[in-house]
Amino acid sequence: MAQPLVKKDDDRDEEADYSPFLGIEKGAVLQEARVFNDPQLDPRRCSQVITKLLYLLNQGESFTKVEATEVFFSVTKLFQSKDIGLRRMVYVMIKELSPSADEVIIVTSSLMKDMTSKTDMYRANAIRVLCRITDGTLLTQIERYLKQAIVDKNPVVASAALVSGIHLLQTNPEIVKRWSNEVQEAVQSRAALVQFHALALLHQIRQNDRLAVNKLVSSLTRGSARSPLAQCLLIRYTSQVIRESANNTQTGDRPFYDFLEGCLRHKAEMVIFEAARAITELNGVTSRELTPAITVLQLFLSSSKPVLRFAAVRTLNKVAMTHPTAVTNCNIDMESLISDQNRSIATLAITTLLKTGNESSVDRLMKQITNFMSDIADEFKIVVVEAIRSLCLKFPLKHRSLMNFLSNILREEGGFEYKKAIVDSIVILIRDIPEAKETGLFHLCEFIEDCEFTYLSTQILHFLGIEGPKTSDPSKYIRYIYNRVHLENATVRAGAVSTLAKFGAMVDGLKPRIFVLLRRCLFDTDDEVRDRATLYLNTLGGDGAVVETGADVKEFLFGSLDIPLVNLENSLKNYEASEKPFDINSVPKEVKTQPLTEKKAPGKKPTGLGAPPPGPPSTVDAYEKLLSSIPQFANFGKLFKSSAPVELTEAETEYAVNVVKHIFDGHVVFQYNCTNTVPEQLLENVTVIVDASEAEEFAEVASKPLRSLPYDSPGQTFVAFEKPDGVPAVGKFSNMLRFIVKEVDPSTGEAEEDGVEDEYQLEDLEVVAADYILKVGVSNFRNAWESMGTDFERVDEYGLGPRDSLAEAVNAGTEAVPPNSRSHTCLLSGVYIGNVKVLVRLQFGLDGPKDVAMKLAVRSEDEIVSDAIHEIVASG
Amino acid sequence: MELWPLIKNILILDSEGKRIAVKYYSDDWPTNAAKEAFEKSVFTKTQKTNARTEAEITMFDDYIVVYKFVQDLHFFVTGGENENEIILAAVLQGFFDAVGLLLRGTVDKKEALENLDIILLCIDEIVDGGIILETDANVIAGKVASHSMDAGAPLSEQTITQALATAREHLTRSLLK
Repeated sequence: MAQPLVKKDDDRDEEADYSPFLGIEKGAVLQEARVFNDPQLDPRRCSQVITKLLYLLNQGESFTKVEATEVFFSVTKLFQSKDIGLRRMVYVMIKELSPSADEVIIVTSSLMKDMTSKTDMYRANAIRVLCRITDGTLLTQIERYLKQAIVDKNPVVASAALVSGIHLLQTNPEIVKRWSNEVQEAVQSRAALVQFHALALLHQIRQNDRLAVNKLVSSLTRGSARSPLAQCLLIRYTSQVIRESANNTQTGDRPFYDFLEGCLRHKAEMVIFEAARAITELNGVTSRELTPAITVLQLFLSSSKPVLRFAAVRTLNKVAMTHPTAVTNCNIDMESLISDQNRSIATLAITTLLKTGNESSVDRLMKQITNFMSDIADEFKIVVVEAIRSLCLKFPLKHRSLMNFLSNILREEGGFEYKKAIVDSIVILIRDIPEAKETGLFHLCEFIEDCEFTYLSTQILHFLGIEGPKTSDPSKYIRYIYNRVHLENATVRAGAVSTLAKFGAMVDGLKPRIFVLLRRCLFDTDDEVRDRATLYLNTLGGDGAVVETGADVKEFLFGSLDIPLVNLENSLKNYEASEKPFDINSVPKEVKTQPLTEKKAPGKKPTGLGAPPPGPPSTVDAYEKLLSSIPQFANFGKLFKSSAPVELTEAETEYAVNVVKHIFDGHVVFQYNCTNTVPEQLLENVTVIVDASEAEEFAEVASKPLRSLPYDSPGQTFVAFEKPDGVPAVGKFSNMLRFIVKEVDPSTGEAEEDGVEDEYQLEDLEVVAADYILKVGVSNFRNAWESMGTDFERVDEYGLGPRDSLAEAVNAGTEAVPPNSRSHTCLLSGVYIGNVKVLVRLQFGLDGPKDVAMKLAVRSEDEIVSDAIHEIVASG
Repeated sequence: MELWPLIKNILILDSEGKRIAVKYYSDDWPTNAAKEAFEKSVFTKTQKTNARTEAEITMFDDYIVVYKFVQDLHFFVTGGENENEIILAAVLQGFFDAVGLLLRGTVDKKEALENLDIILLCIDEIVDGGIILETDANVIAGKVASHSMDAGAPLSEQTITQALATAREHLTRSLLK
C-alpha cells in the first residue's frame, strides 16, 4: 500500500532535492538579520530571516558569542512590530539563543508587558520565555503575574505558568512553593492539560512531605473525570505511596490497590497500561493482584497497534522474570507474536516464552525459533541466545535439543558478537551440565574447523586444552587441534601447539603421538609457533622417554601468571640484552590503575570465555607477598592492614605518586608508587625523604630506594618507621621526592651518561586512627553485639548537618537505604590494632527537613578503643 | 521511574536521515556530534520498517523510540527506557497530525522545509523542556495557525486555492532572494 508512494518519491528525485535553504550560509544570513534594525519593519521578511537563523541552529551550526549577542540585540528590536506571527518567531528565537543575565534585562520589560497583555497567546508565550531565561532575582518581580496566570481562565496561559513552575522549582524552590494555593485551585480545573500540569507541580512541591502526598493522593483517587495524562500521573504517585507505606504496614490489604485496579477499566489505553504496569511492579505482588493486570495486557497483545503490542509484551517479559506462571496464560498470544513484523516485539515474545515455557514445550518452541532466527538482526539473536542459555540451565535434561540448536546457529552466518555469545553459552553449558560436556566440546571442535574469528579459535583451543584431556576419549580431539596447525594463521597455530602440549602433559598415553606432532611443528614458518613447540618438547621431556610430567611443569603449563601483563611487557621492553638474565621477580606486581578512558561495557556481565582474567588476588595477600620479599621489612611480622592508595600529587603532573600505608604491629611502611610521565626523562635512585617532625612517636628505620624509574613504568620505593608496639600512633609526614634525572633521547631511547640531582615536593601524608581498624564481617551482628556486653560501650550523638537524603549520609551502610526512609541503622564491625574487636551501631535519623542526625554506639573489648573510635568519628 | 512523562527529543528526518527539524530536551546528547550519531542510528534501525499506517516502536540504547513515516519524512519521538510507550505514541500522533493539518495534507520534505517556521512553532507548542504541553493535534494546529496565517483566518475557512497561493508566494519570495 505504501509502495506506490515511495516510488513516486524516487521519480521526482531531482525535484525533491530542491530546498529553500539550498546554499544557505551563516555569514549571509547574519547580514540579512540587519533588516531587524530597519525603522520600517517588514514582518514577513523578518520572520523569514528568523526561520533561516533557526534553520542554521537546527542543522548544528553554532553562533559565536559576539554573533549571538548581535542577533539577540537586533531580535529585541522586533518587539516594536505588532505582527503576531513575527512575535511568535521572536519568542522561539530568544529561547534558542539562551541569552546571558545582562542581556536578559534588555527584553525583560517587553516580555513583562506581553505577560499582562490581553492577547492570550502573548501571555502564555511571554511566561514561557521569561521563565526560561530568567534568574531568581527577577522572579520575585513577576511572581504576582505568574500566580494570576496559574488560575487564568485560558488553559494555555495556565499551562504555560504551571509548566514554567515545574522548571523553576529546580532552581528557586522557595518561591514556587508559595504558589501552592493557586496550584491547588488549578488541579480542579476542567481543562485536561491544566489539571495534568497542576498535579505534576503540586506533587513536586510536596514531594518531601510524605503525609501531604498521601493526602493528595487519597483525595484525588476518590474523584474522577480526569484527563488521561493526569490519571497516569496519579497512578505513578499512588504506586509511590504504596511503595513507601509497605515498609510500615506489613499486613492487611494494600491501600489504593482498588484504585489501580479500577484504572484498568479506564477508557484511555495509556491509563490502562500505566495501571497494569504499576500493578506488576508492586513490591511482593501476589498472583491474585496480578491477574487483572495480566488480563488487560493480554488483550493488548492482539491489538493492531504495534505500540500497544510492544508495551504489553515488554511488561509481560519483566513479569516473567519473577512470576513466570502468571504469564503462562498469554503463551498462545505470545507465540503468534513470534512472526510479528516488528522484530523488537517478536524478540521480546520469544524471550518471554523461553522464560515461561515448561519442560514439555521446549522442543516445540525451539522449532518455532529456528524459523524466526534467520530473519532477525544479530543484536536480537544475541538476546535469544542468552535466553536459551538460561533455559538450558533451568532444564538440564533438555540440554540435547538446546545444544543442538546452538550448534546449528553456530554454523550459520553471523557477526563476531553473535558468534561469541553462542560460544560463551556453549562453554557455560559445558561447565554447568556435565552430561553436555562431550557433545559441547565436539560442537566447538566442529566450529573451529571453519571459524573466521582468530579470537574465538584461540579461546576455544585454550578451553579444549583444559577440558579435553579430562574427557573419556581425549584422543578424538587431537585431529581437530592438529588440523589448526596446518590450516590457520600463526596466532591460531601457536594456540593449537599449546593445546597439544596440554594434552601431552595430562594424558600419558598420548605422549608419544603428541611428541611426533610437536616435532613437526618445529618446522613452522612462524617463530612463535616453533618456539612454543621447542619449549614444550623440552619441558615435557620429548626426548623419547615417556616420563611422568612433573608438578612444576604442570604449574608452568596450566598455572596463571601472578604478574600483571602490562608490567611484564614494560619490564621486558626496558630489559637490555646482557649477561644478566631477565629476572621475572623484578617485575612490579603493583597493578597500575586503569586509565579512566577505558570504558566498561555497560551492565554486561563477563561470562564464558570473556571471564577468565581473575582479578588480582586479594590486595592484602599481594601486599604481604611484596613486603615479605623485601629483606629490610621481613622481620616486621604479620601485616595488619594496608590502606587504599592516597594520591600525593595532582593528576597530570610530571611525576605521579601515591602512597599505600602498611600497618604492622610495631612498624608502619609507606609504599610510594611512582610513575614518571615525562618521556624525555629517566629517573634513577628515587627515594622519598620523609620528615616526621610532626609525628613524634615514629622513627625512621629503613628505606628502599628505587634504582631506576623509566617513563610510564610504575615503580615503588619504600620507607619504614618504627612505632610503639600495638599503639595506634598518629602523625603527619611531609614528603619530598629525591632523584637523579637523566635526559633521554626520544628517538633512540638512550639516556645520557650524566644526571642532575633534583627534588619534587609531594603532598603531606597522615597516619590516622582509622588506619588501625580492619573491616571484618560478622555473620550474626546481634549475637556478637550482645556477647560483647556493655562494659565498654560508648554512645554519643552527632549532627551531620543538612543532607539531601539519608542515602547520601550513609556511605558505609550495611545495605542500600530505601529512598525516603526516615531512619536507618548501620552495623559495622572491625578489628582494631592489637586484635581488639570493635562493633559499631550507627543510627541515622532525619531531623527536621533535611538535617541528618547520627547516634553512634561503640562496643569493644577495650575501653580505650571505644573512645578512640569516637574520636575518629568526631574528627572525621 | 520518572515522576511525570518526559520527552527526550522530537525529530523529523528526511528519507536519507538528514535533519529537517529536531529538538532535544535532554542532556543525554551534549554535542551536535552526539545528536547526529543518535539520529543516524535511529534512522538506520528504523528505515526498513513500514511505519506508514500505524506508528511503530523500537527500543535501543535504553531509549524507547516511536516513529511514523509519511512520504519522504520520518517523524520520531524518544523517551526514556521506563517511559509509558503509549504516552510517547500520543505525543507522536499529536505532532504528526498537527503537521498534517497545518500543511493541509501535503506532508513531504519540500513542503516541510518551505514551512519550517510552522514546523518549529508546532514543536514548540507540543513539548516545553521535556514536559508535554499538548497532545491534541487540533489544539496544537490551532495554536500555531492562529498567528501564522494571514488575516488570522481560521484554518478551516481557508480554501485549498488560498493555501496554494500562500505556498506559491513563499516559494517565489525565497527564489527571488
